Amino acid sequence: MSEVAEAWLPMRFSALFLAAGTWLAAPDVLAGDLTVVSWGGAYTKSQVEAYHKPWMARTGHRILSEDYNGGVSEIKSQVLAGNVTWDVVDLDSAEGLLACDEGLLEEIDSSTLPPAPDGAPAEQDFFEGGIGSCMIGTVVGAMVFAYDRSRLSPGPTTIRDFFDLEKFPGRRGLRRSPKINLEMALAADGVPLDQIYAVLATAEGVDRAFARLDGVKDQVVWWEAGAQPPQLLADGEVVMSTAYNGRVFNAYALEGRSLAIVWDAQILDFGNWAIVKGAPNLELALDFIRFASMPENMAVQASWISYAPARRSALEMVDTYHANSELDMIPHLPTSPDNMKTGIWQDTEFWADHLDELNERFNAWLAGE
Amino acid sequence: MVRRLRALGLTIPLLAFLFAAFIIPVLVFLWQGVHDDTYARYMSHSTPVLEAWDGVSEPTEAMYAALQKDLVQARKDKTVGKVATRVNRELPGGRSLFTSTARRAARLEAPYREAMIDLKPAWGRLETWQALRVAAARYTPTYLAASVDLKYSGDGSIRRQDEKRRIHLTLFWRTIEISALVTIFCLLLGYPVAYLLSNLPQRSTNLLLILVLLPFWTSILVRTTAWIAILQGNGVLNDLFVAFGVIGDDSRFSMVYNRTGTLVAMTHILLPFMILPLYAVMRTVPKAYVQAAHSLGANGWIAFWRIYLPQTLPGIGAGVVLVFILATGYYITPALVGGQDGQMISNLIDFHMRRSLNWPLAAAMGFVLLVLVMFLYWLYDRVSGIDRMRLG
Repeated sequence: MSEVAEAWLPMRFSALFLAAGTWLAAPDVLAGDLTVVSWGGAYTKSQVEAYHKPWMARTGHRILSEDYNGGVSEIKSQVLAGNVTWDVVDLDSAEGLLACDEGLLEEIDSSTLPPAPDGAPAEQDFFEGGIGSCMIGTVVGAMVFAYDRSRLSPGPTTIRDFFDLEKFPGRRGLRRSPKINLEMALAADGVPLDQIYAVLATAEGVDRAFARLDGVKDQVVWWEAGAQPPQLLADGEVVMSTAYNGRVFNAYALEGRSLAIVWDAQILDFGNWAIVKGAPNLELALDFIRFASMPENMAVQASWISYAPARRSALEMVDTYHANSELDMIPHLPTSPDNMKTGIWQDTEFWADHLDELNERFNAWLAGE
Repeated sequence: MVRRLRALGLTIPLLAFLFAAFIIPVLVFLWQGVHDDTYARYMSHSTPVLEAWDGVSEPTEAMYAALQKDLVQARKDKTVGKVATRVNRELPGGRSLFTSTARRAARLEAPYREAMIDLKPAWGRLETWQALRVAAARYTPTYLAASVDLKYSGDGSIRRQDEKRRIHLTLFWRTIEISALVTIFCLLLGYPVAYLLSNLPQRSTNLLLILVLLPFWTSILVRTTAWIAILQGNGVLNDLFVAFGVIGDDSRFSMVYNRTGTLVAMTHILLPFMILPLYAVMRTVPKAYVQAAHSLGANGWIAFWRIYLPQTLPGIGAGVVLVFILATGYYITPALVGGQDGQMISNLIDFHMRRSLNWPLAAAMGFVLLVLVMFLYWLYDRVSGIDRMRLG
């Protein structure tokens, strides 16, 4: 067998079997139906209201909305098998970068995106990092820390308080991942916000972050899914927890829970639109993304969920909450002028370089005494 | 003879299905754990040079030149991301080193050694090149080594992984430990239930069986979340304890987000897999034997231990193997209720499958887990004999 054939054989076999798998699971899709995959729940709901419905009304095409739980393995399987059923996917930046590196996404020409109302091109209107070669930012979300006002009064005000067990005794909720935690630990240790990643890139910086986490380790409840922290807080299982700001907002604005967000050292990241390589409806997918990137449509989404539009001009058009016309959305968005002062943009490149290494270290740290 | 052939013929569709839908895909996937040609496929100039290099001498100008050529090409073909991701697995930080060098590679001029070191000092380090040498090999022990906390280096040596990053062996051991404990609990809890089921009149048996099966048909996530509601600090059970004065309000038990939670939830979820084979076997045990034992003077304990229990061994064997093997693959339940000690090896496999796309490492860990489980299965066979196992 020749070298090339030998190298390709397993690839083709796996493609064949993956194809068999996806064929069996393939949904009944009509030509011209755009499949848009997102995170489900209130988040997908906000996208349906702001983008899906008006786009369908405008173009006459149907959108099949699918939910997923993050991760890029499904995209990889579809692309490897040559049987792509997803068109547009909502990816977080780290996974989008990984999928783009692996050649699993279509490149998107950002010059075709709609300009800002004042005529400024999209590249200048989006927040820095909001446009990648395969990804177009749609929202900015923040990982914040939150507490229950009915249980803690006076409540914490800074990231130091989160790590201060003497001032605020009680369990803490943290996501079981090195991401976010190491950044916040350094911020609590006094590292200026703009130097967090520079410090974390050094061995001493990593040790310093883990040392800070050591201080709360035996009081931490580790959560896994974004729905958990509001529940942990509501049940009194923890007194403070990191959480997605949109989830906490939902808990207080919609469900009337007494949760509050502390805006200090929150980590900002984009939610992004991407198109799976070989998507069956490439042109429609591009049209949808362009439509969803219009500032006025982005502003509509922000009235359904407290994630901020990925471009600056949309922020000015944001109005009140859909379920409560008294509630002005802007102070609740991660990119509001006040909140921006205390935020850190997640460094996707840093995590692409170091996630594997730090994840091993983090898990070893967890397993240790 | 003809009959036998005909019987064999009837099983061919099943065998073909198993082979095509199970055995081959598993083998193909495991193959990835030792074969990775990402680098070799896209970096055609530097691969042979790296293979020829001994891994310890100073990298030569020819190596730098070959790499520069490849980087220019990879950037043009847009394959640099794939290669960079591959290198990053051997060298943390290798991804950005590759992508940023590739961006400027076309503008570099000979001598490339100075030019590249000038651009990124990391190119002057021996370990960078050793990592490339590992990445360039099509057949590599690096993933298998990594899955048991070893580090395979470009000079051909295998050392233990940096102490702060050793995690896999811990997780393999914990997986075995938790699975064994869950199996024991399931047996202790399931045996009396199965006995009761097999000795009640048919009508009550059916009712009880439904109670056993009902949770079996409920989603695993729902059952896990229900256990959180029951076990947590302000949960149902702790509230009851406080109400009855068993404990004070400020000294509630921690029963979830730790190993206790994992054991309780997993035992509950896997219990039907123990009860059903036990019940199936116990139903076939004639009551006359135990009665005969009693009439010959055996007390209750001796009649159970020497007459009844041996007859149910096939069911015990089936239940134990079933529960243990299912438990080794669990990851959702431990992830949700396990807290700090909740990670099992499957959680890490899941991470590399879905999050980091490091399928080769996932394959290598899967292979180690498979070998481990097969070894335990073999051990079990030696001790108790698989041929005595019955599912009913």
